[in-house]
Formats: sequence, C-alpha cells, structure tokens
Amino acid sequence: MTRERLTRLGYALAPVLLTLVLACAILLLAGANPLQALGALFLGAFESGRKVADIAAAMVPLLLCAAGMLITFAAGLWNIGVEGQMIAGALMTTWVVRSIDVPAALLLPLTILAGMLGGALWGLLIGALRTYGRVNEIFAGLGLNYLGAALTNYLIFGPWKPPDGATMSGTEPFPKAAWMPTIGSTRASWLGILLAIVGIVVVYFLLRDSYWGLKLKAIGLNDRSAHRLGIDTRGNMLLAFAACGLLAGLAGSLRATAVYHRLIPSISGGIGYLSQLVVLLSGLRAQIVPLVVFFFSAVQVASPRLELRMSLDSSIGGVLQSAMVLFFLLVRGFRGRMQTAQEVVE
Amino acid sequence: MSENSLLLDTIRSVLAASAPLIFAGIGETLSERAGVINLSLDGSILLSAMAGFAVAYLSGSLTLGFGAAMLVGALVAWLIAYASIALRLDQVAVGFVLTLLCADLSSFVGQPFVRIPGPSVPHMPIPGLVDIPILGPILFDQDLVFYLSLLTVVGAWLWMNKTQAGLKLRAIGERPEAAFARGINVNRLRYLYAIVGGALVGFSGAAYSLSVKLGWSHRHTGGLGWIALAIVIFGGWSPFRVALGAYLFGLFKSLGSILQPAWPQVPTQVLQAAPFAMMIVVLVLVSGDPDRLLYYVPRRVRPLLRGILRGAPPAGLGQRFEQG
Amino acid sequence: MNIQLTDIVKSFGMLRANDGISLSVAAGTIHGLLGENGAGKTTLMKVLSGYQPCDSGTIRVDDREVSFDSPEEAIAAGIGMLHQDPMDVPALSVLDNFALGHDRRLVLSRHRSQSDLARLCRRFGFELDPDALVGSLTVGERQQLEMVRLLALGVRTIILDEPTTGISAPQKVLLFETLRGLAAEGLSLIFVSHKLDDVEQLCSRATVLRDGRVAGEVLAPFDTDELVSLMFGQCLSEVGRSDIAPGEPMLEVADVSVRTHRLEITNINLAVRAGEVVGLAGLEGSGQGILMQTCAGLLRAHKGRIRLGGQDMSRSSYHQYLQAGVAHVPAARLEEGMVGGLTIREHVALAHQPTGLMVRWSEAEGNARERIDTYRVVGRPETPVASLSGGNQQRLLLALLPEHLKLLILEHPTRGLDIESTRWVWNRLHARRRHGTGLLYTSTDLDELVAHSDRIVVFSGGRMSAPVPAEDITCEELGYLIGGKGYDA
Repeated sequence: MTRERLTRLGYALAPVLLTLVLACAILLLAGANPLQALGALFLGAFESGRKVADIAAAMVPLLLCAAGMLITFAAGLWNIGVEGQMIAGALMTTWVVRSIDVPAALLLPLTILAGMLGGALWGLLIGALRTYGRVNEIFAGLGLNYLGAALTNYLIFGPWKPPDGATMSGTEPFPKAAWMPTIGSTRASWLGILLAIVGIVVVYFLLRDSYWGLKLKAIGLNDRSAHRLGIDTRGNMLLAFAACGLLAGLAGSLRATAVYHRLIPSISGGIGYLSQLVVLLSGLRAQIVPLVVFFFSAVQVASPRLELRMSLDSSIGGVLQSAMVLFFLLVRGFRGRMQTAQEVVE
Repeated sequence: MSENSLLLDTIRSVLAASAPLIFAGIGETLSERAGVINLSLDGSILLSAMAGFAVAYLSGSLTLGFGAAMLVGALVAWLIAYASIALRLDQVAVGFVLTLLCADLSSFVGQPFVRIPGPSVPHMPIPGLVDIPILGPILFDQDLVFYLSLLTVVGAWLWMNKTQAGLKLRAIGERPEAAFARGINVNRLRYLYAIVGGALVGFSGAAYSLSVKLGWSHRHTGGLGWIALAIVIFGGWSPFRVALGAYLFGLFKSLGSILQPAWPQVPTQVLQAAPFAMMIVVLVLVSGDPDRLLYYVPRRVRPLLRGILRGAPPAGLGQRFEQG
Repeated sequence: MNIQLTDIVKSFGMLRANDGISLSVAAGTIHGLLGENGAGKTTLMKVLSGYQPCDSGTIRVDDREVSFDSPEEAIAAGIGMLHQDPMDVPALSVLDNFALGHDRRLVLSRHRSQSDLARLCRRFGFELDPDALVGSLTVGERQQLEMVRLLALGVRTIILDEPTTGISAPQKVLLFETLRGLAAEGLSLIFVSHKLDDVEQLCSRATVLRDGRVAGEVLAPFDTDELVSLMFGQCLSEVGRSDIAPGEPMLEVADVSVRTHRLEITNINLAVRAGEVVGLAGLEGSGQGILMQTCAGLLRAHKGRIRLGGQDMSRSSYHQYLQAGVAHVPAARLEEGMVGGLTIREHVALAHQPTGLMVRWSEAEGNARERIDTYRVVGRPETPVASLSGGNQQRLLLALLPEHLKLLILEHPTRGLDIESTRWVWNRLHARRRHGTGLLYTSTDLDELVAHSDRIVVFSGGRMSAPVPAEDITCEELGYLIGGKGYDA
C-alpha cells in the first residue's frame, strides 16, 4: 500500500479507534468488563431473527429523518426541529385515525398522507419563524420540539385518553385497519421499509440531479451569490424545511402506525437528534447514510440488552454514537490542519 | 397575613430555583461576548450536575463536588473553543454533538447515583438582613449558592463595563480585527472566556443537583441548557437583562404549580409548555426588526422600548478570526 | 520627528506594490503623498505604520533604524495611522473606543478618560459626545475620534489616508486647521490623497507615486500640470470604440438619491442609451458602486425614479431587474458573483433557463464546453470555479450572462486581468453593444475609460459630474477631474 493510502486509511479508522478507547474507559469507570460489554453489544444486535427485524424497524424512521435532514443541510440550515416535525406527523395521523371515517382500504394511505402533511406544515412553521421572524432555526426548532412534546402529553392525558384512564403507555391502540402490515410477528413493516428506501433514494437523486437540489446546494454554499444568480433563496429555504418536515412527519406517523400502533408520549424518541448525528457522520453524503443508519440502529437495538444482561445503562449506545461523530469531526479538522500546514511548508 | 407569607415564600423559592439558570446564563454571556457559542450547554449542565453530585456524595465534600462540576464544564467548553479556533470546525456542529454526548455520558456514568439521597448546600439565612420586611425573607433567607448567583450577576456587569479587561472582551466580540489592530490577542482571550464561561456553566450544574433539585436522575435538569441559551439572546448579552430573563423563566416554570390549584381545568402540560412558547415569542420580538414592531407602539414610548428591545448579537459571534 | 524610508520593497505574489521607494518627512511639516489607485500609497503607509512588514528596505525614525512587528510597536515608536475606515468598534461608545488600549489600569476611570477626551477635543474644536455609539457617528467624527486617540497615545507622526473623503466642508476646514496646528507643534504629518486641491492647500512638499515607484517629488507652491503628469504619466488613448449611433434611451436615472451607511449619493441624473457605453470614473467609494447597484435593483433609492425602457423600476426587486434584462457583474467575483464550491458545469446549469425538474447533465456539459470554448476559459466543465484564475473567473462571469441584455452593468470588468484578456473582454463587450445593449461600468484605469466609453462621468464624495463625451477629453483632463478640480464638488 502506498504511503498516501495508509494515511487515508489511518484517518478513516481513527474515529472508530478513539471511540472504542473512550468506550472502554467509561465502561471500566462503571466497573464493567469492556470486552464483555462490547461483545454483548455487537453480538446482541444479531443474535436472533427477531433482533434483525428490530434493527430494520428502527432503521425506517431514522432513514427517513436522515434523508430529510440531507435536504436542509444542503441548504446550509440547522434543522434541529425534526423531533417536532415527527411529532406533528404522528399527531396528524392519530387525529385522522380517530376522527375520519373512511373505508378500511383507504385508512392506511390516508395516515401516510396525514403524516407527511403534518410534518410539512410544522417544518414550514419553523421556516417562517426563521425567514420572517428572524429567529434562528435552532431555537425555533428546539422551542417547538418542547411544545410538540407538551402537546402530545396534553392530548394523551386529555382529550385522547383511553376510556379506562390515562397512562404513560399512550392512547388506546389503533383499529387494525390502521396497523401497518408487518413481516410476520416482528416489529418490522415491509411497507415502512419500502417507504424509507424510496425516501432516501428520492433524496439522493433530488440532491444530485434536480434543479432544486442544485439551487439548494448553491444557497448552502453562498446564499449571497445564489441570490445574485437569480435564485429565490427565501422560497427555496422554506421549501426545504417543508420537504424535510414531510419525510420526518412520515417517520413519526410510521412509528405510530407500524411500531407502537398508538400514540405514545415519546413518539419521536430522540430519533430526530440521532438523525442529525447520522448525517454529520455520513459527511452529508446520501450514499453513506444507509450504512451509518444501519450501524446506529444496531447499537440502538442492542443497548437495552446490555442493560438487561450487565445492568449498565442503555445510554452507552448513545455515547458510542455521539462519540463516533465527535471524533470523526475532530479527526477531519485535525487532518485539514495538517494539510494546510504542509502546504505552507511546500 | 398567611397569604402574604405564602406569596413571599413563593417568590423566595422562584428566586432560589432560578440560581442555576443565572450561572449558566452569565457564563454563556461571557463566552458569547468573546465570540464563542457553546451550544453544548444542555449536555454539559447535565454532565456537570451528575459529576458534582457524584463527587460530593463520594467525597462528602460539597466544595469538591462544585469543583468537579466546574472542571467538567470548563473542559467541554475548552473542547469547543479548540475545535473551532485550532481545528477550524463549525462551533454549532461540535456543540450540538457534545450536547448529545454529554447527556448520554451523564446518564451512563451517573446510573449508580440515581435517586440516592446525597449532600445538599445548607440553608444560610443572613442574620439581621433576614428581618428586613418583605425583602428580607425573599433575598436573605437563602443558601450560599443563591448569594453567589447575585454576586455573579453584579460581578459580571462590573467586569464587562468597568474594567479595561471587560472593554477588551466587548471589543473582541464586536470587531475582532479592530481589537487585533489595538494589540489584543483575540484568540487567546476567546479561549479564556470560553473556559471561564464553561466553568460557570459547570457550577450551574452542581447548583442544580446540590441545591435546587437534589440528587441525580435521568435527564435531571430538564432542558435547562437550552433555556439558558435562549435567555442570553433575550437578555441582549447583558448581565442584568440575562438575570431578568432567568427569573422570568423561573417564574413561568413555577407558575404551573402555582396556578394549577386555581385553574384545575387547564391541563398541566399547557402550563409546562408555556415557558417554551414564551421563549419563541420573545425571540421573535427580540430578533426581528425592532423598528417594524415599534411602528405599532405610540410614538412617545418608542425610544424607551427601543433601548429595551435592542438585541443585536456581538457582531463577531461564531466567526472565525485568523490571527497573524 | 524625522522619518526616513529607504528603498522599500513589498510584493504580493507577482505584484510589486512597492518597488524601491524612498521618502523623507521632516518634523513639523505636512508631506503629501499622491498617486492613483494601485500606485502603492496605501501599501507604503501600511509598512510604515507597522501593519505589514516590508520585504526589504529600512525605516529610520530620528536617524535611528527601527522595525515594527505590529501596529502597537509603531505607535509605541510614535507613528500612528488614521485609516480611511478607522479600525474602531462601532457597537461601543466614543468613550469606550477612546479608552480601549489607552487607560492602562484594571479599573476604568471613566472620569479620567472623559476629561482626557474632552481636553483634546477642546483643543482642536472637535465636538464628540462621549456616550454616542461610534456606529452613529459621521465619517468625519470617527476620524476626529481616531486622531484624538492617537494623540493621546503620544504619537509624533500621523499618517492620514484619504482623510477628506466623505467628510463635510466645515469638517474639512476644521481638519486642516488641526493639521496645521499639529505641524506647528513639531509633529510630522503625511497626507495621502488623490485630491490635488487639498494637497496644494495644505502640504509643503509632495511625493508622487506611480506603479509602485516614486514618479517625482515637488515643493510648494505646486504646479498642477506637473502633478497631473507625474500622477498619470503619458496615456496612449487606444480608441476602441466604434462609431455606432446610440439608440433610444434605455436607462433613465432621474434625480436619484440613495443612502447607505457609508455614503449617500444625491440628485443623480443620467441616461444611458441603447448601444452606448458610459464609464464611471473616480476614486473607489465615491458613489459609483452605489449608483450601479441601484440600477440593478440591489439598492433602493429613497428619492427619484429609475426607468428602464420607459418602465418605472424604482420599486422593483433585483430578480425583477434580472427578468427585465439587466445584469450586474460584481467585482467581488467569488463573494457575490459565483458560488465557490460549484463547478463550471453547475453554474451553466443554473444559468440555463430550467425546463423540467431534473438537470440534463449531458446538455449542461455540452453547453459548458461550448461556453468555455467561446469565452476561452482555461478550465473544464468539472473544474470548481474557485480554482480558476481571476481572469478566467471574469470570462466565466461574462459567459454566464444571458444572450440578450438591455443593460449590462460591470464593476471593474478588467481588474486583475492581463493585456490580452483585457482586450478580449472589451471585444465581447463591444459585440454586445452592437446588439443594442447599454453598458455602464466603473474603472480606475483612465486609459480604459477614455478608450472605450462614449461618455464619462466622474464621481467624488457622492456627487456626480456632468457627463463628458470621451472623445472630447484626454487622460490628463480626466486626471484633473478625478483630482477634484474643475467641477463643482
């Protein structure tokens, strides 16, 4: 191998190694055997068919949200409000299931549309706050995330509470007509998987080959020049928020109809934040996203097992995921510095 | 008479509960005035709250606990400063990832300490001053953490407005090139203020777990970091206004439990959500174009409001500055 | 204090900004430094004031050799520079700016700083409100503050960079009085300017720079002709304009005033006819850029009307101007004109009117190749625009323009280009002319202005001269106009 290839490989592996080192360190701190714990983590993800299906189920919303985030990132936006957009989709879907009377065959497609609409509108709200209210989209998104969670709680404990009393397990289960068809008795829904794949593929081609994608890319790189070149920066940014919201709303809706079959308090489950990590770690490249989603979902599925087997808190999974992204960013920054330093010498 | 003391008692507890927010808000104000955004606040407050409680519990010393918390906060802040100044990474990206990392770390490492009773900052009424009518029980019947929070606000204001160093701080945040032209080492000061801000944020975490909501649990501090970031904007990067924001927010939070018995038909979640809704409304008012909003206000009141509403961030916030 | 610069050389890459310049300034004098844009004045003064190190040469202060690593060191040695855009902090107050770096103790003594400030202001007749924000001051007032600040730091030499640009007439009178007073106290002052009137009024001695070298040094009383010929040299007016009768008025600017935070242009009246070339001359920042941006819809006039082909465009947005057939080519090519990070092919795809959802890459590729050939851009469709040379970026900007334009506005179209590229650019521009496009452009190259324009206007301090037909003017006369002589300032 040439020297250059070795260096590149080294830089690519460094984040992984650093993450493992950190993981071992804190596992030791928690008094656990690192090898045992990490082994349980990695094996635990694949020990049974059911587990693999669980990973597939977990991948669906994460893939959809990550696909949506690619759009907003392309335009240079920090769309932290994805959690709220998921919630909006789930809420809209729940409302449709509870309130709209349609033949069973139409119900599922309607829930899908409802999810997309709810999320898109929520996304537009954040976009409008940014464009017209000049509120940074980070704070608008965050504030609305909390509002969305509060709204969910209100509905679950209030107007939408189950007949025999409100509990933390959410509303009463949806009628069977509103259940996503699953693979056997697993949690994985083939329709959900299909939608997620379609989502990421569409986004990939959208960003790579469409005029809109090109305009977003221009806006993200230099919005001033983009405006000079005749691009409507405001309108396109709003559209980006709506598009991301559409995908995130669908993700939230699927969580309600495919995984839990009801509305639960944590219907967004931190997936919105996780999808940001996914996109950062993929270097904003759509081709890499499915891989990272797979890895993150596997960790997500395996972590509770760790809690069970070794009484370690399942947040070790989250630590691994975010540490990986942090080290990835740091190594990339370090590499950039090394390169510029070298250029100066030359 | 009893309603009076109930009211005073409520005010007293609202002020006490707001103390952590004061430390975090002032700390972040200093950091952002220098030009460094520490977006990891929510995570670092969690991590330092856990660290503070854990160390205080294990060592039996509150001082060590607070010290550990400050160390954690300072370390995280240093990392952000290093990543953005030396490695030229985006402050927002690194801060966001650190939020999640620190939050998860706090849950994982803090697991053995969940719901364990531990030490707390002792109540410390100031004799003599406590007896002043109205103000006494509110302000002087608190603990050391509260008194320190008051001193921090005043100290920060004095530092920023009355010292040469504070003048330099304001200069590097507003126009780093001009500061550099006057011989000020911009990046070195950025590191310094980021670290000091981080230490204050760490202190806020310990203040929470050792004084306000004792102990430790999963996501113990409940979104405090994000609120702190918002009140810095609300407070126009100015210590007294930031403190006002902190108390206002504390009030909103307590309003939920205060008003609930009076209005049972209003669901609890609405009152819980109110602070965040207020945050957005306030941000729209502050970030938007003040002149456009003032259009709707009677002419005579305009100059007064304009001063209050002025909320421009330090012009150099988040911008990279290449020295030399 | 006496200043002596000997054989200063300073290069920026290939460009030799200072090519062996020697200059002596005696104590108690006001020494003028004249020259066009790009003559090397600013670079030289930046070297003297410690902002930049020189490549070679020596600086002597009172016969003692010195070298500065930073502006701080220069100030410590007694040399201070008053920039055209002072390095102050607009968000802080006058008093704060004054005290920054001045009051050395930990706790600021507002009282002391205020009395120091008041004392100095009184001495010169300046009126500065210590609590006002610097951002709200006029250019003249910011200058006064900076001067006072430098004097408080004990400088004995002050370099003033274009100090009379953008200040009012009474402020100018006050400034000149102040400078004469300072000189009488033994300070040495260097007055950098292009305004011949001011230099003739104020200075006892003047050095003229041209193309990085000293063109000559003269003593008062000055001969204006001599100064002009030293500054601008001989011009070879290579007449490139063809004799096409211009058509109907395309652009009509009527009584327009535009206000920006830097400068205000007032009561501008100008008409550009189809196929006509109008050149805007004058020192940078005198208002040409503002007018051109207004004519493209990037700025809005608060007074007056702008009509394009008879249609009132005063309230139109930039995108509406684009649709109406106006294009604005900025001087900051990567910051405002193109998106660094995108390739040539991607820019071509964006410029092409999009039909349909998906980009037809093969078509864009072919299109890009075609334009690269026609405009002789050194690059390939997949080349990122950021890696093109300045000249090629300019060619690309022109290549991206629509076929038929009513009005083409260009900021410094040939800046940084070699002779061949310059000639080629003008070829293309004249071709557009023949198709009826009106051209409006700025340039600091007098030869270029005289050679290619049908009419020329001169901007100074936000005011515009009456248009002069280019065939009736020589370079020297143009130099006079730019120097602020012979028209109502």
